[in-house]
Amino acid sequence: MNENLFASFITPMMFGLPLITLIVLFPSLLFPTSSRLVNNRLISLQQWMLQLVSKQMMSIPNTKGQTWALMLMSLILFIGSTNLLGLLPHSFTPTTQLSMNLGMAIPLWAGAVITGFRNKTKASLAHFLPQGTPTPLIPMLVIIETISLFIQPVALAVRLTANITAGHLLIHLIGGATLALMSINTTTALITFIILILLTVLEFAVAMIQAYVFTLLVSLYLHDNT
Amino acid sequence: MNVPLKEKKLLEVKLGELPSWILMRDFTPSGIAGAFQRGYYRYYNKYVNVKKGSIAGLSMVLAAYVFLNYCRSYKELSESLLDCFASGGVSPDRVGLVHRLI
Repeated sequence: MNENLFASFITPMMFGLPLITLIVLFPSLLFPTSSRLVNNRLISLQQWMLQLVSKQMMSIPNTKGQTWALMLMSLILFIGSTNLLGLLPHSFTPTTQLSMNLGMAIPLWAGAVITGFRNKTKASLAHFLPQGTPTPLIPMLVIIETISLFIQPVALAVRLTANITAGHLLIHLIGGATLALMSINTTTALITFIILILLTVLEFAVAMIQAYVFTLLVSLYLHDNT
Repeated sequence: MNVPLKEKKLLEVKLGELPSWILMRDFTPSGIAGAFQRGYYRYYNKYVNVKKGSIAGLSMVLAAYVFLNYCRSYKELSESLLDCFASGGVSPDRVGLVHRLI
């Protein structure tokens, strides 16, 4: 049972071929492109959703920050669709792998910070010292702010990994418990099943929220630095 | 009308001609890519790119995805089942537990 629980997080390989490439590329199949003005229902829905999200998220940064709109919108689409696809039975979720989330978080965070240092050096350095600190505390506070800056990409990646992995594990466990309880005591199994349904609804929400949070934080780092 | 064998579609090929038809297909990388592209556009134009597309177009793709993932993990699922068999008492519930839908 224990090994079976974590088996769904192993990188999928088949006959030594990396299937994971195909699995990571699969969500792109679900977002067709079109150069028409009036599209089919699938594309119209996706375009409406994308406009809603981009207006809400990209109205905050200034002109320089808005050049990141394409990057951030593709990011939220990718994370959202990958997380939602992971809720299907037996499927593999790439965002459960810390390596992949670090690979997304570190370049984006570094890009935002380095842009800030290059263009607004004084203001970026000023972030290390909050306003109004008493003089004796200054050295310690600079160290603390530096640590908190460098922990940002790690926090981004680990937050996404941990949330999605924990959700998947809970679903596996409670699903297994429901099945095992069914022969022992049907009422308890029913209660467990209701818990499972609630958990699945939560997971749908978490999938989308995590995508949103990831992208929002990157855009906030951007806002700080442009 | 005599169409050459190479240009016939699969359903027009007679059974005796099938092996030679298969051998005449284009197995170069660009040929295979072309086959995938044609297949994709056939599905897309039939089920998604229509005036009143329904949820069925998307759900068939997702169902195929689930099925392919099940095929991929069938070996591990049945191996963990064998472990259960080896370690003693297995109930029919256990079978369902391993191949469960979650």
